[in-house]
Amino acid sequence: MNVRADFPQLTRFINGKPIVYLDSTATSLKPRSVIDKINEYYTQYTANVFRGIYTTSEEATSEYEKAREKVATFIHATPHEIVFTRSTTESLNLLAYSLHPKEVVASILEHHSNFVPWQQLSYLTVWDPEKPIDSVMTNKTDIFAITAVSNVTGIIMPIKDIVRTVKGINPKCLIVVDAAQAVPHMPVDVADWGADFVAFSSHKMLGPTGVGVLWGRRQLLEEMKPFNYGGEMISEVHVDRTVFKEPPHKFEAGTPHIAGVIGLGAAVDYLTKLGMDNVRKHEEELVSYAIKKFKEVRGLRFVGPDIRSGVFAFTMEKVHPHDIAQILNEDNIFVRAGNHCAMPLHEHLGIVATARASFYVYTTKEDIDALILGLQKIQKLFS
Amino acid sequence: MDLYREEILDHYKHPRNFGHLSGANITSEEMNPSCGDRVMIEIAVSDQEIADIRFSGQGCAINQASASMLTEKVKGMKISDIMKLTLYDVEKLLGTTLTPSRVKCALLPLEAIQKAVYGQ
Repeated sequence: MNVRADFPQLTRFINGKPIVYLDSTATSLKPRSVIDKINEYYTQYTANVFRGIYTTSEEATSEYEKAREKVATFIHATPHEIVFTRSTTESLNLLAYSLHPKEVVASILEHHSNFVPWQQLSYLTVWDPEKPIDSVMTNKTDIFAITAVSNVTGIIMPIKDIVRTVKGINPKCLIVVDAAQAVPHMPVDVADWGADFVAFSSHKMLGPTGVGVLWGRRQLLEEMKPFNYGGEMISEVHVDRTVFKEPPHKFEAGTPHIAGVIGLGAAVDYLTKLGMDNVRKHEEELVSYAIKKFKEVRGLRFVGPDIRSGVFAFTMEKVHPHDIAQILNEDNIFVRAGNHCAMPLHEHLGIVATARASFYVYTTKEDIDALILGLQKIQKLFS
Repeated sequence: MDLYREEILDHYKHPRNFGHLSGANITSEEMNPSCGDRVMIEIAVSDQEIADIRFSGQGCAINQASASMLTEKVKGMKISDIMKLTLYDVEKLLGTTLTPSRVKCALLPLEAIQKAVYGQ
């Protein structure tokens, strides 16, 4: 996969040196085509959606809805089941506020965004994936919240099997999948998963920040109450009552991030052209290369399995993750340090913090070589 | 690599005043949960002065070096003077300016010391 020329930021030099971007799990870089598409909205057809009779408003509306169709096709869904939000976090909060579940089970792997809303608004029980699901689930569990890919261990969860097990215990239990780390990195078929809701973000899949997606089963979206009230989401307003639009627009109150959604559409085009099977294959190659190379750094340990998505959280003997990230930064090697919005998981693993390197379509073996060299330097400095 | 020069790494690898103080009459603990830095301070105070001090805990190089250097500096200092120490003094000890993301690491030991002696 040779796509680096498509990403303007990769041509940047800082202090006379190129950059090695290894934090795609936090956010991805953006290809030229996405930036151009956003620019097109702002230079050619800036107008609000759904209200103008005039040409540019119709163009904006058409591009906005075309993006919805692209996203739907990308995850094997239908467009009226695709709700645009601000982020994965907002998608999940929408569910927590609109569904008002009493009892929720969430896995210990969850990012805070698929954990804290449930903890604050419901009675939360935590599932350790090494234990059977029926050890924590009951027939009173309203929601089962699960990540498709951990942003720390990189583990790819068997969502289809989990859905079958959960529905076997309680057919009424709704399954909420955080797919923020899955949709950008591998083929995802929501119909095949069989879950009830799937949330993900534009900015982790080459699209702009500020746009999230919530996929939900049509019937559930119809039954649910809106999350925000106001303009754009209504069909009639009278002094004494309001009739809401049908989903998905019922959940998109206010002027949406029009340019962002259109940009996401371009990101989906870009990924579709690459082919998600190829994206996954590229990451598999990088993962096995990284595992081989990590052995060359004394005292390095990464958490999680060998078969994984392209993300490695790791520790080094005698060196704090903050020091790792800061020293790598001297050579423009960008990794993250901390608990990566997964503090319960770090506590569960008995680790305070980790450094994390993550890959995407533009990552090369040379990037991993640079990381290894940097880590060896650190190892020497601290020994 | 200004931040990780010899002196800081030396304080990190061989921290001064590290351990416990049997004659301590005040102690305090500060922690930064997001990165796990943790500093415990044990101080023997007499006549409004720090007679002796030890620190323990764990953290990044900046955090531990800052604790090590600070404990050296405050030994024999008046409490009223310790309360006047700021980030500026810590940066002077470390011999560098800190980026916003690392300020908390460097300040944690000072906060622990000031909290311990406050009101003494």
